[in-house]
Amino acid sequence: MKFTLSWLKDHLDTAASLDEIVETLTRIGLEVEGVEDKAKSLAPYKVAYVISAEQHPNADRLRVCMVDTGEGAPIQVVCGAPNARTGMKSVFAPPGTYIPGKNITLGVGTIRGVESKGMLCSAAELEISDDHDGIIDLPADAPVGEAYAAYAKLDDPVIEINLTPNRPDCTSIYGIARDLAAAGLGTLKAEPIAPIRGTGPTPVSVTLDFSADDRKLCPFFGLRLVRGIKNGPSPDWMQRRLLAIGLRPINALVDITNYLTFDRGRPLHVFDARKVKGHLTVRRAKEGEEVLALDGRTYKLDSANVVIADDNGVESIGGIMGGEHSGCDENTTDVLIESALWDPLNIAQTGRKLGIITDARYRFERGVDPAFTLPGLDLATHMVLQLCGGEACEAMVAGQAPDPRRTITFPWSEVPRLSGLDVKPAEARQILEKLGFQVEGEGDAVSVVPPSWRPDIEGKADLVEEVIRIAGLDRIAPQPLPRLEAAVAKPILTLIQKRTILARRALAVRGLVEAVTWSFIGKGEAELFGGGDGSLALANPIAADLSDMRPSLLPGLLKAAQRNADRGFGDVALFEIGQTFASDAPEGQAVKAAAVRRGTARAEGIGRHWNGGATSVDVFDAKADAMALLSALGIPAGGLQVVPGGPSWFHPGRSGTLQFGPKNIVGVFGEIHPKILKALDLKGPLAAFELNLNVLPPPKAKATKMKAKLTLPDFQPISRDFAFVVGRDVAAGDIVKSAQAAERQLITGVNVFDIYEGPGIDGDKKSVAIAVTLQPTEKTLTDSEIEAISAKIIAEVGKKTGAVLRS
Amino acid sequence: MTDLNELERDLLSQVEAAGDEAAVEVVRVAALGKKGSVSDLLKTLGTMTPEERKERGPLINGLRDRVQSAIAARKDVLAEAALDARLVAERVDVTLPVQESPEARGRIHPISQVIEELTAIFADMGFSVAEGPDIETDYLNFTALNFPVGHPAREMHDTFFLAPDENGERKVLRTHTSPVQIRTMTSQKPPIRVIIPGRTYRHDSDQTHTPMFHQVEGLVIDRQANIAHMKWILEEFCKAFFEVEQVKMRFRPSFFPFTEPSAEVDIQCSRKGGEIRFGEGEDWLEILGCGMVHPNVLRNCGLDPDEYQGFAWGMGIDRIAMLKYGMPDLRPFFEADVRWLNHYGFRPLDIPSLVSGLTS
Repeated sequence: MKFTLSWLKDHLDTAASLDEIVETLTRIGLEVEGVEDKAKSLAPYKVAYVISAEQHPNADRLRVCMVDTGEGAPIQVVCGAPNARTGMKSVFAPPGTYIPGKNITLGVGTIRGVESKGMLCSAAELEISDDHDGIIDLPADAPVGEAYAAYAKLDDPVIEINLTPNRPDCTSIYGIARDLAAAGLGTLKAEPIAPIRGTGPTPVSVTLDFSADDRKLCPFFGLRLVRGIKNGPSPDWMQRRLLAIGLRPINALVDITNYLTFDRGRPLHVFDARKVKGHLTVRRAKEGEEVLALDGRTYKLDSANVVIADDNGVESIGGIMGGEHSGCDENTTDVLIESALWDPLNIAQTGRKLGIITDARYRFERGVDPAFTLPGLDLATHMVLQLCGGEACEAMVAGQAPDPRRTITFPWSEVPRLSGLDVKPAEARQILEKLGFQVEGEGDAVSVVPPSWRPDIEGKADLVEEVIRIAGLDRIAPQPLPRLEAAVAKPILTLIQKRTILARRALAVRGLVEAVTWSFIGKGEAELFGGGDGSLALANPIAADLSDMRPSLLPGLLKAAQRNADRGFGDVALFEIGQTFASDAPEGQAVKAAAVRRGTARAEGIGRHWNGGATSVDVFDAKADAMALLSALGIPAGGLQVVPGGPSWFHPGRSGTLQFGPKNIVGVFGEIHPKILKALDLKGPLAAFELNLNVLPPPKAKATKMKAKLTLPDFQPISRDFAFVVGRDVAAGDIVKSAQAAERQLITGVNVFDIYEGPGIDGDKKSVAIAVTLQPTEKTLTDSEIEAISAKIIAEVGKKTGAVLRS
Repeated sequence: MTDLNELERDLLSQVEAAGDEAAVEVVRVAALGKKGSVSDLLKTLGTMTPEERKERGPLINGLRDRVQSAIAARKDVLAEAALDARLVAERVDVTLPVQESPEARGRIHPISQVIEELTAIFADMGFSVAEGPDIETDYLNFTALNFPVGHPAREMHDTFFLAPDENGERKVLRTHTSPVQIRTMTSQKPPIRVIIPGRTYRHDSDQTHTPMFHQVEGLVIDRQANIAHMKWILEEFCKAFFEVEQVKMRFRPSFFPFTEPSAEVDIQCSRKGGEIRFGEGEDWLEILGCGMVHPNVLRNCGLDPDEYQGFAWGMGIDRIAMLKYGMPDLRPFFEADVRWLNHYGFRPLDIPSLVSGLTS
């Protein structure tokens, strides 16, 4: 919403400075976006007289001008404008002036050997119009030496406010003045609008053709004919104001409607009465009906749109834009002025659907003051009579203005209760009354009737806002929020929140870099990773590759790794902890942790190293990350099963599933399947894991924080090595498990320290060497006891896996 | 006498001449071994008369002692020399680089770090952390929050929608963390003090907007929480978060459907050479929106607005991270470029805490 200072002062009697006004507007919730003060920005530009304009000695297109600037000796200026001539008056800028249209600061220059000490300017260079055909050509009586902005009456500062959608009353300069007056910045000039005494009725009738349910679409319609007018250009003062706020003057009738739209927040429409055929009907548009609107475009309408039609068809899209056919031009002699009320919701929907943004729509979709419908028509009529002459008829009125009157019982104590500021009732009452509220009654609680122009006021909280925004939010002193209990703060994080934070640190400590990738991925990617269900597809994705809620963090991370590789950083280790989606229900959302290692980005080190290295990442790097994370989260490894193989996006022979029983899968790890690499255009090696933090077992509840009693055996542990020959497809994990099972009490550790396949071992076999740690607790083991345990281990492993001791 | 002196001179010179421990051992065996020259002399003591023994004993024993200690001393010298030689041989080039440790390579994303900072600050003020789903119902995202029917935020060009279900209802990707306010107020009784960090989505993508971003919301509901308390909370938060002694804040009346009264908050700052400093300067920077929870929202949660009251605020996590740590652009937050992450990310053990300071 834009307006000029002088326009504001039409309605506000104030001695306040521009700065005070701007500051107050922001303070009361009418945030100032910008102030354009041409008196300031164009201060150096002066009216000047061109004493002579001679041909430049060295350039055909340049002229050397001697310029009288009103002070001191004439100044020599080289000018390239075709219209520069002796005896003209124009606008001069001295060296040091900033030229907005060229974004330069003038210096003294020498142009083709001739010194130039300033510039004669075009309108485009001053950014006051697009005219850059030549320098500004001023009338002969322009006073030399006067500031150009003041001479051209461009010195009226333009203020733009960022209006919140709840304040339709401030789509009007009058309304803004009212707010400022309430804030103590002057007096509102409230001049009553004299009713129009028309001669005879308006001969065109209006029918509001709606069902009872639809009556709200246009509940009230006022129309008046003014005969015998002359529709020329509007006066300069009106044109200047319209131009200042960015509107193009058209003709007096149209300009009056635009002027009152801003001045009073009352959009109007004018029909050329002689182009209207028959009577007017306001109705829903018929399917497929078309109208050529005033913007020169043809709109195809449907029954969701409301139109004003006559015997010719649609003449106007109600409340949004008039039609070209019945528009007013310089030949208009009889005008029908329309002042109507439209349904905010319907206006918004129609405007959005047709893609029309107008000042009328802007106001009607926020809510126009219903009580000002006929006064607005009268005010417009006065202006038409004043600027265009003619004779007005009585208004023709259809429907009824809705009465929005409502009463709010308002205890004054609400203000301190919600705001913490003790505004006294007298002050609060004054604020409300100045804003146009009726305050009835005395005592602790009063009855407040909001004015017709404030549809946003529903209840007590709204009245509190009115009082404190005018009284000043800055008057509220911060006050400590008391603690709920006088106690040491208790832990606040939930288990999943704690685990998320811990997981993040645990993965970063392993050299992984945390990424945050989009929650949505392409449909194809989602399908490759077990997702792609229609219920998780966006109806309106912002891009085709951001269309589906991700089933897994891996696609995003894998693609991110590839992007880094494409930039020359192939050895990347990324992780993400974030949400994935199995369904659109809250329970379908899970917190997962996933990591991707690419190239040689192993935890131990990256790339080539003098001490060895440059080993490619593989399934064991991914497994190590997953196991480290489980360990950091305190998940007991006891019940954890590592099952060979994983989902389809992993290499079937180089992946594993982590589970606590077949029904409780917590994660997967492995090398990415070559088909996935191909489908996503990725280059490996790529190893990854993904764990679902939501399904990890919770810690066991314990009565105390005591740790289990520590018993240290008095006897040294001993270690025995066994080399087994087994079939190649026997899992090392099974050998470890069966060795452990041979003597549960004594065996405290089993470690695989060598795997060998090759000469000396049959082609379909491998050698697996394990070290078994025995921890005696009662007495030192004798050689024969150790022999017996060894035999049990060999027998147990042999029985479970078919292994024989390597000879 | 002469033979003893001669023997001693001879033996000591042999010890001195021994070049290594083995040579010293040869001398020792020749002198002090079972058949050694000094041992032979000692054996003669048994055959002597007491008088002879009294005279010769000390001389022979003295010879033995001096030879013994000369051998021991020579052995020490040789051992020392041998160690020196070994140490020289074992020397390595310690300027060779070691592998960079994983702790030095890992990084925490600024968004995660800032969420942990926020959590630390608000936990100290008695707030817990509430969360909710990213896929929300239209009711919780809009209706319960007092968004009127036909509000522009409910349109396809502002909000991401999923496909309609069998009842024709479309879920949305939450456009703000505010639906969690409703979830909180309908699942727990006042007093309520929560912050709600999380991912949010809007149908917007340009230089300064991304379709996904992060917000943190705060909610306080009890029987007396008012704007004065809200101002205190927000000022204390800003001081703690930006780690400055003072901040100057400006509360401007504004409008949100779910609060009444509402305000936007600017924070005063200076901008010099691309650096933003808080607690000084003349510029104002918008940082958050806030207000008293709208009576309709309280009613929608089954709370009587004449009995309960409170305030809420919301701000962009990405935005306050940019303001504090100086990232110029939002888009790289979600591009996973390791150069950006290495530079703006945090070290694995930079754990924000009020005890040791939010940043190291």
